[in-house]
Amino acid sequence: MNRKGYYGGFGGAFVPEILEATFDELDRVFEEAKADPAFWLTYSDLMAEYAGRPTPLTFAPNLTAHFGGAQIFIKREDLNHTGAHKANNVMGQGLLVQRMGKRRVIAETGAGQHGVATATMAARFGFECTIYMGAVDVERQRPNVFWMQRLGAEVIPVETGTRILKDAINEAFRDWVARMDTTHYVLGTACGPHPFPEMVSFFQSIIGREAREQVLARTGRLPGRVYACVGGGSNAMGLFQGFMDDPVELVGVEAGGRGLDSGRHAARLAWPDASVGVAQGYKTYFLQDGDGQMRETHSVAAGLDYVGVSPILSHLKETGRVRFEAATDDEVIAALSLAMQKEGLIPALESAHAFVQAFKEAPHLDRDEIIIINQSGRADKDIFTVAEAFDDPQWRAFIRARADKYRKIEMRNE
Amino acid sequence: MDLTAYIRQRRRPDAPLLMTHIVIGYPSMAASYAMVAEMVNAGVELMELQIPFSEPIADGPVILRANQEALAAGATVAGCLDFARRAAAEFPIPFLFMSYYNILYKYGVEPFVAQMADMGLAGAIVPDLPPEEGGAYLQAMAAHALNPVLIFAPTSPEARLALLARHARGMVYCVARKGVTGADTDFTASLEDYLARCRRSTDLPLAVGFGVKQRSDIAFLKDRAEVAVIGTETIRRFDTGGLAAVRSFIEGLR
Repeated sequence: MNRKGYYGGFGGAFVPEILEATFDELDRVFEEAKADPAFWLTYSDLMAEYAGRPTPLTFAPNLTAHFGGAQIFIKREDLNHTGAHKANNVMGQGLLVQRMGKRRVIAETGAGQHGVATATMAARFGFECTIYMGAVDVERQRPNVFWMQRLGAEVIPVETGTRILKDAINEAFRDWVARMDTTHYVLGTACGPHPFPEMVSFFQSIIGREAREQVLARTGRLPGRVYACVGGGSNAMGLFQGFMDDPVELVGVEAGGRGLDSGRHAARLAWPDASVGVAQGYKTYFLQDGDGQMRETHSVAAGLDYVGVSPILSHLKETGRVRFEAATDDEVIAALSLAMQKEGLIPALESAHAFVQAFKEAPHLDRDEIIIINQSGRADKDIFTVAEAFDDPQWRAFIRARADKYRKIEMRNE
Repeated sequence: MDLTAYIRQRRRPDAPLLMTHIVIGYPSMAASYAMVAEMVNAGVELMELQIPFSEPIADGPVILRANQEALAAGATVAGCLDFARRAAAEFPIPFLFMSYYNILYKYGVEPFVAQMADMGLAGAIVPDLPPEEGGAYLQAMAAHALNPVLIFAPTSPEARLALLARHARGMVYCVARKGVTGADTDFTASLEDYLARCRRSTDLPLAVGFGVKQRSDIAFLKDRAEVAVIGTETIRRFDTGGLAAVRSFIEGLR
C-alpha cells in the first residue's frame, strides 16, 4: 500500500480516520502550491514586504577573535517579524489556508513564538485564531500570551498530560477533528503526520537558501559547519536544506536540560534515552518508557521541551548526514551571556543551544574556516526566564515594586 | 474467534447489541475489573478494554482523564494484558483491546497480537492506525484469526470506505460524527444517510459509537446498526454514582 511521507523508516501519517479526508486535501493543495513557481514568488514577496526578509547574515568579529578559530557568522532569524523563524512557516501556511478557503486557524505553541506568529498571520489574513498552550508554558511565557491575546487570538491553557507542548498538540488535534471543515491546523514544527514535516521544512528552507547565497556573496566560500538548535526541528531543517548537497557539516543541538544523568532533558537524538515510537501522528524517536508512554521532558527553553523530533532529522541522524549534540541549561545561559557581551546579540534561549556547540568547536577550527550559527529567535521575549536564570536582583526588586503598585491600585478599586 | 457470527447469533429483535468500554486501571485495577463484571451482569454483549496511553488524541476529556489517572495509578502494559487474560477467561463475552498504535509498536506488533490470541481476545480497535500504516498489524491479526475492527467516519469518501472494508474483519466501527469521544451526537437524518452509506460499503455488522448515551439513541440505532457502543457515558456514570449507577444505566438502555 501507498505509504506517504516516509524518510527512511520515519514519518508517515498515523491519523484517525475522521481526518483522512482533511489530510488528503492539505496534501493536494500543498503539492499544487509547491509545483507552482508563482507560489514561491508570492511567498517570498510576502516575507520581504511583511516580515523583513531576507534576514542578514552577520559576521561576529569579537566572538571570532575571542575564540581564535573559525570565522563565526550568524543568521539573524531574530530580525524576522515577531522575532523568530516561526513566521516563515506560518505565513506560508496562511497562503495555503487562503487556497483552501478556510476561515479559522488553530495552533499549538510551546515558547509562544509560534503562537504569536500564528496570531499575527491570522490578523493579517483575517482568520479567526485559537492557540493551545500548555498551562506550564502559559505560566513561564506570559509576555507572549499577552501579545497573542492583544492580536485577537483566543489562548486556551492546556491542563492535561504534562501541560506542555506535546499536550497542546493533542488538544489542537482534538479541536481539529471537530472543526476541520472551516479550520486549518497550523502545526508549528517539522513534525506530525505527513505532509507537515515536508511542508514546514519547505517554508523554512528560505533560511538556508538565503544563508547559502549570503555566505557565498560575502566570502566566496561555503561554511565548514552550520549549527542550529533542535526542538521539533523546523529552524534546523530550514538552515540545513541550504547546504544539504554541499560538503558542509550539519550540526543539530538539542536541549540537554540538567544533563544526561538527571533524566531531565529533551535530547532525543544526541543522547541514547529516546527510542522509536509512533505518537502525535508520526513515527520518530520519542523520549518514552518501555511501555511506550511519553516521559516528561525538561529544558530551560520552552521551545525545545518536546518529546519527539522531526522524522526527517531522525532519518538524517541515521544516515549520518547530521551530527547531533546537546547543550545543558547552564551552558546555554553562559553562551547567551557571551553573545550579549561580545556582540550585543540577544539569542533566544532556544537559539543559544546552537551557540553553545559552535563555541565549543570554534577554537579548534582553522582561522580560514567559516561557521554559521542560526539565531532562530531573540530573547527579549524571554525576559522573565532569562532574568531568573541570571538571578538578577534588580529585576526581582522591579517585579516586586510593580506587583505592589498593582496591588495598591486593586485595593483602591475594591 | 468468529466475531461476525457471534454478533449475528446474539441479534435481538428489540434493540442493537451493546458494546461498552472501560479504561483498564481506572480508577484502579480492582475497580475496573469490578466494572467489567458489573457490565457483563447487566447484559452487555461485547466490551472494549482500553490500554491507557499518555497521548490519546482521539479521546475527549472524560476518557483522556481516565487514561491519565490509570497511568498515574501505576497501570502498565503487562498489567493490562494480565487483566484482559483474566477477564476473557472469566466472562463469556468477546473482549476487544482498544489502544493507540504506540502501545502495540513498543511491545512488538507480532508478539502483542500473539498474546491477544493466546488469551482469547476477539480483536482490537486502534484508532490511529490507518490500513496504509498497518500492514504488519493486519497481517499478524489475520495470521492469528483475530478481528482488526477498522473505523468508518462520516468524512470518509466512498473509495475510502471500500478500502477500509477490504481490510476490516468481524465488524466495522462507525464513528457517528466529527470530534472526539464524549460530545453529543445528533441522531437525525444525516446520521441515517451516513449509516446507509456504511451499510452499502460492507457486509460486516456495523457498530456505532461516539455520543451514544441514552435509550432514545439506542432505539434510533435499531435496524440501522448491529451494535451500539457506549464509551464515555459509563465512565461519567461511574464517576458520579459508582458501580450501581453503571449497572442501572446499562439496564435502562434497552
